[in-house]
Amino acid sequence: MYTVVQTAAKRPTARKWLAAAAGLAIAATGAMAPAKAADTIKVGILHSLSGTMAISETTLKDTMLFLIDEQNKKGGLLGKKLEAVVVDPASNWPLFAEKARELIAKDKVAAVFGCWTSVSRKSVLPVFKELNNILFYPVQYEGEESERNVFYTGAAPNQQAIPAVDYLMSKDGGSVKRWVLAGTDYVYPRTTNKILEAYLKSKGVKDEDIMINYTPFGHSDWQTIVSDIKKFGSAGKKTAVVSTINGDANVPFYKELGNQGIKATDIPVVAFSVGEEELAGLDTKPLVGHLAAWNYFESIKTPENAAFIKKWQAYTKNPKRTTNDPMEAHVIGFNMWVKAVEKVGTTDPDKVIDALPGITAANLTGGTSTMLPNHHITKPVFIGEIRADGQFDVVWKTKGLVPGDAWSDYLPGSKDLESDWVKLKCGNYNKVTKKCGGSAS
Amino acid sequence: MRRLFERFAIALLMVGILAAGTLTARAAAYEDALPKFTLDSFSDTADAVDAIAGSGSPHAAALLQALKDQRLLFSATDKKVLIKTADGKLTDAATGQPFTAAPPADLDNVRLNNRLRNLIDAALGALTLMAPDAGKRYDAAQSVFKSRDASAASALDKAIAAEKDAGVKKVMQEARAALTLADESASPADKVAAITIIRDRGDQDAMALLQSLPADSPKEVLAAAGDAKAKIERNLALWSTVQNFWYGLSLGSVLLLAAIGLAITFGVMGVINMAHGEMVMLGAYTTFVVQEIIRTRYPGLFDYSLAIALPLAFLFSAIVGIIIERSVIRFLYGRPLETLLATWGISLVLQQAVRAAFGPTNKEVGNPSWMSGAFDLGGILITYNRLWIIVFTAIVFVALLAMLRFTRLGLEMRAVTQNRAMAAAVGIRTARIDALTFGLGSGIAGIAGVALSQIDNVSPNLGQGYIIDSFMVVVFGGVGNLWGTLVGAMTLGIANKFLEPFAGAVLGKIAILVFIILFIQKRPRGMFALKGRAIEA
Repeated sequence: MYTVVQTAAKRPTARKWLAAAAGLAIAATGAMAPAKAADTIKVGILHSLSGTMAISETTLKDTMLFLIDEQNKKGGLLGKKLEAVVVDPASNWPLFAEKARELIAKDKVAAVFGCWTSVSRKSVLPVFKELNNILFYPVQYEGEESERNVFYTGAAPNQQAIPAVDYLMSKDGGSVKRWVLAGTDYVYPRTTNKILEAYLKSKGVKDEDIMINYTPFGHSDWQTIVSDIKKFGSAGKKTAVVSTINGDANVPFYKELGNQGIKATDIPVVAFSVGEEELAGLDTKPLVGHLAAWNYFESIKTPENAAFIKKWQAYTKNPKRTTNDPMEAHVIGFNMWVKAVEKVGTTDPDKVIDALPGITAANLTGGTSTMLPNHHITKPVFIGEIRADGQFDVVWKTKGLVPGDAWSDYLPGSKDLESDWVKLKCGNYNKVTKKCGGSAS
Repeated sequence: MRRLFERFAIALLMVGILAAGTLTARAAAYEDALPKFTLDSFSDTADAVDAIAGSGSPHAAALLQALKDQRLLFSATDKKVLIKTADGKLTDAATGQPFTAAPPADLDNVRLNNRLRNLIDAALGALTLMAPDAGKRYDAAQSVFKSRDASAASALDKAIAAEKDAGVKKVMQEARAALTLADESASPADKVAAITIIRDRGDQDAMALLQSLPADSPKEVLAAAGDAKAKIERNLALWSTVQNFWYGLSLGSVLLLAAIGLAITFGVMGVINMAHGEMVMLGAYTTFVVQEIIRTRYPGLFDYSLAIALPLAFLFSAIVGIIIERSVIRFLYGRPLETLLATWGISLVLQQAVRAAFGPTNKEVGNPSWMSGAFDLGGILITYNRLWIIVFTAIVFVALLAMLRFTRLGLEMRAVTQNRAMAAAVGIRTARIDALTFGLGSGIAGIAGVALSQIDNVSPNLGQGYIIDSFMVVVFGGVGNLWGTLVGAMTLGIANKFLEPFAGAVLGKIAILVFIILFIQKRPRGMFALKGRAIEA
């Protein structure tokens, strides 16, 4: 092996090729740098367009381009046109930080809309703090975080997981007594399940009635786990599965459920990461009745939603293009940012960050979301049942909007923490020790 | 005498009036319930289902079936409830007559949730116990077994008396036993007899039923239930071993299918082909395209879509493989590092090309009817798609083995890989054989893609999930040996499935990886190493 490399490097032609390739790479980056004048406001879009996460994130990039296009049709912002700067972090977590730095330091963007997985968010955090810029994060996540530079427009656990469990415990949800918490093995499912476990126990569910199961990313052989769930569900008590199974692993999971004949009427599965896009790869007829909890469904009938879907499908020139929850989060986040910039008359991050709490924007389900001092927003929570056509039928919703809670009240480490960037200027204020800072303790 | 007759006549008249009264009352219950469907609220729909199930109306079963199949439509403005028949015609739910007027503009499905579906199943169970079709009666008995709806008891008794089919009768008796167990007024002796029937059923549903017995039941009942539970548990434990073995076999066959193409390109030719997974993905996308065409043009052929996709996927992946071999890999023979990097690059290019052509989201590849569902074999559930994949893998394996052993191409392939210079000397065009061998490996990866599209995502990332596993199987089994690949895949599959219940999926996978690392330390050439000069060349 060693000799092979050595000879390759010694050969003059190989060296020439290497040099040429390096030159090409440099030229390409140079050409890609936009050389426009300063009469535009640049908006960074940090979503993976290749690699594992491209399946979910590409749509969000398109959504942002669509929103920026719409805003420019309305005359832009502060008299200037908006210009999208798209980068591809390629589902590679360290590359997220590099690309974020490139967007802020080199392209001088006013704000960044991006990230999907929690690990990518954690990876770009130091960059946003150091260079003081704004990130809008549109995906439901595990909470336990509130940063000055980040605005969380997706759901916190109390805006998705807890209401979903409440619904299943209710009479309409089937009065579930036994719980399977199944998730992919990474930070979001692990933290969410920790919160859910604490919540269930506070509701009097016993240890032996909770089964927790983790699977690797992209797990495709679900036979054993599905039959375990079936076994767990035949203990004479109504059983439900709370699924934080991520992306790719969902299709084989649901296929196995369908094939082993587990119907929603026997053991319903409520999922937090399965939306219209994920169902697009599935024959949903055997899955009718399984549930998902989101803050938005494409099937919700409001004039705002109908208008949005129509414009979106016209923009993408695809009359079948679906919409989903993280897209709505970007819509709300983008509109809030526009309003805040208009309010302070500048895109200066410090001023915009101070202006954002209290800003309201219409959501697509007929309500008005507000940015809270803890940088989360108020959202309605919907439970939808999968229909035979791959859409969801809303069977339950919260009365009014639920304010996002950064620090869960059900975890011993975080129940004393509070986040308030307006009065306290602190993301993790401890109500007991009356001190800001430190980690959750 | 006359007075007696008069009395009799009056009595008869009274009975008649009473009967007519109850009949109209019952029909009225059915008609009164119908408007509740137009309110579009789950609790009203639930009330209506209850009322209709108890109404005794001849239309009740048809209506509930329509509701279950989402064929029950309502118009809120006209207060009309209509049934859409299977052939798309509308009938009036109140009368059962065809609905000829223009359908109301706001016609919509009556919506359901899981609680309602359970209610409907229970109600339908009681109503269809006497259905002429044995399959329906079987389903009805099963749903009574599950719902334990006490009101079905009398209907069930009648049905048991009338039932001729032994299989259906057995399920009905089990359902009756379940009702007896749930019935608080039943005598302990009856309950013990019921427990015996449930015990003989012996599956997880029986276990669930016995576990839900209240703890304050009479002693002899609890004792019988305890015995029955122990017996069912022993039975289930035995079957769970069989089940783990079956799951392992199934996982092994998937691994084998994914790895067998690699066993040719890597094992036989020695090319570290990181783009192998993408050949699998191309096969899966070929299946998708074939199904799309069939769906839009020839929907009747859907059940044959896989058979049509197989040769196409083989050809397509093989051609792509040959192009890759001719344009890139042939310049890199004997330079494993460069081959690895080049094929890794090719895999990224292919992924992104598919992403650009088909979009990044999953594509729906349907299961033909003969690959959906499952059947019970003793105490385990066997899903058809897994069964067919095992059969398919076996066929591919045998065919490949035969090809290498008995055809001229196979002979030439073996000759070239064993001693290239000598093969060239006896007149074999080695370059052509290299291309064909690589094409064969890629083509087999393509047909693996057809099978994997039935159980996994069809997305640009499909191949990535299998590349590591495939290399693991080939290296573990022994490079250059198809039998080694077979044994390797089955060992890893079965070991994985026996570890998973104890260690969990994540730890199980780690344990397997650690095991392989240690094994390779001890036997670097895998389980079945090729001996002789060939391997040193």
